[in-house]
Amino acid sequence: MPPETADIKEEYTRFIGRKILFITVLAALLILIVGISASLGSANISLTDAYSAILDKFFPDYFNPSNLATNVVWNIRLPRILLGIAAGIGLAVAGSAMQGILRNPLASPYTLGIASAAGFGAALAILLGKGFVGGDYLVVANAFIFAMLASGVIIGIARFKGTRPETMILAGIAIMYLFSAMTSLLQYFGEEAEVTAVVFWMLGDLDKASWDQLGIISLILVLCVPLLLLKSWDLNVMAAGDETAKSLGVRVERVRMLTMALASLLTASIVCFTGTIAFIGLVSPHIARMSIGGDNRFLLPASALVGAVLLVAADMVARRIIAPNILPVGIMTSFIGVPLFFYLILRKRREYW
Amino acid sequence: MRLQIRNLRFSYGSTEILRDINMGLNPSEVLGIVGPNGTGKSTLLRCIDRILIPEGEVLLDGQEISGMSRVEIAKRIGYVPQSMTGVFPATVFDMVLLGRRPHLSWRSSEEDMDKVLEMLDLMDIKDLAMRNFNETSGGQQQKVLIARALAQDVDILLLDEPTSNLDIKHQLEVMEILTELSKTKGISVMMAIHDLNLASRYSDRIIMLNGGGIRDVGDPASVLTAENIRSVYGVDVVVRNEDGKPYMIPMRSSR
Repeated sequence: MPPETADIKEEYTRFIGRKILFITVLAALLILIVGISASLGSANISLTDAYSAILDKFFPDYFNPSNLATNVVWNIRLPRILLGIAAGIGLAVAGSAMQGILRNPLASPYTLGIASAAGFGAALAILLGKGFVGGDYLVVANAFIFAMLASGVIIGIARFKGTRPETMILAGIAIMYLFSAMTSLLQYFGEEAEVTAVVFWMLGDLDKASWDQLGIISLILVLCVPLLLLKSWDLNVMAAGDETAKSLGVRVERVRMLTMALASLLTASIVCFTGTIAFIGLVSPHIARMSIGGDNRFLLPASALVGAVLLVAADMVARRIIAPNILPVGIMTSFIGVPLFFYLILRKRREYW
Repeated sequence: MRLQIRNLRFSYGSTEILRDINMGLNPSEVLGIVGPNGTGKSTLLRCIDRILIPEGEVLLDGQEISGMSRVEIAKRIGYVPQSMTGVFPATVFDMVLLGRRPHLSWRSSEEDMDKVLEMLDLMDIKDLAMRNFNETSGGQQQKVLIARALAQDVDILLLDEPTSNLDIKHQLEVMEILTELSKTKGISVMMAIHDLNLASRYSDRIIMLNGGGIRDVGDPASVLTAENIRSVYGVDVVVRNEDGKPYMIPMRSSR
């Protein structure tokens, strides 16, 4: 006895509802972690104080937080937390989009050489003091430009040789090796202090967070993320293969290049400020995919939130675990992410990729 | 004539796959494309749907298809691949919903859902709706892919070996669905097919390809002759007529 049409419709609606619920829960979790993270630190601030200080900016006269709380939260902790959120969202969305268009579970801003190119740009600036822009933004601009250069090469090769996923992945991996070799070369000849500075940059951290940086990254997020979301149907269709996608009206080559360009821009604009924060771009999409499946309409927002939660949580631990010393968050993301990832892999019964 | 092809040619690099293809496809017609392996049957279907870009003209209701956007083509022509492997896990419902892509923006509407349900019902696979596509059988997958093409609301269906992965029961079932669709909905069906007896039984017209060109066109009885089959396939067959349709009994390879 086949099921009634109305039943299927209801079941499918519930199926979609579960995805939306997952996203909602993540959003709530993020709000909770923001509060906890804002309350933790050398200055003693309670959880309520932290939320009051945050909300006071938007609804003055209702919350009356202490001066200390307002100062510490808004000037020190919040920029760092928000940078964590923005970076988590950006890297995770870039990772999901790349995995989607390349149909490869290992694709991420790191495996495709974009981050190692940024690292080389930074190393060049730190070790030789040379770059395209002088002054305070020397390292940042250099990292950004080299990251975009790397993705430009990948897209260029794809344009020339056709946008087959394998071509793009192999080009990306080759670029990763090239730039890390060049960074090693610079380090080999560099002064000890500078080499240390390069190593620290590569670890990735949120120490240099400022409202200016946040402005720039947010602008890029607002520009790129909605565009990628609009492409989520195309990404869904492309998951079924290029041929199918073409027969369903998708301009496969164009979508693949555009997505690659947007994902690269996202990655470059984040890692140039934070250094190479590992793992978020690779693992957040997988965590989201394992939880709610591969429908990009929901996968992209869900991975964005997973990325934000993971990064803010990792940074919170990194700040407190050997306080008053602060570990670079880039180290912590893997320590927190890998066990979570293993747990999900072991628990998962159905295939998800 | 709904679809018209003039002087179509296609090459992979310097290897010519198709040459001088001239043919047409009528409303409500079931057209079978037969021919040995590597003779360009699948390539022809892909060229018509512009998955591959051929030389020559493909006219859809008299309009040159190369001037149309992919979305416009996808609203008219549905393509059913032979099989799909290495696909991301997705429910059968979501798989069929992809067929609505040419018609929708970011949100899928109530109407799109109803369309999917209608096609699941039509193909008699409602019970699979929430199953993982990859975990269904070959015959079921074939039906899902046809349902997806139908959800596109097309009037031309191109099918690449729709019966190759199926047992005899599913073969007949799929062919009956296709002929019924062509008669009740006026859909033109063009299918590449290996099984000559199935082609004969269900096609209104047959095109026999050989070496990238058209060897013969016409109704099954005129194309599927012992002589044609010997010269194209290199096989001796005995042809028997049953209800006006030829059926082939293979005897031996004539080489």
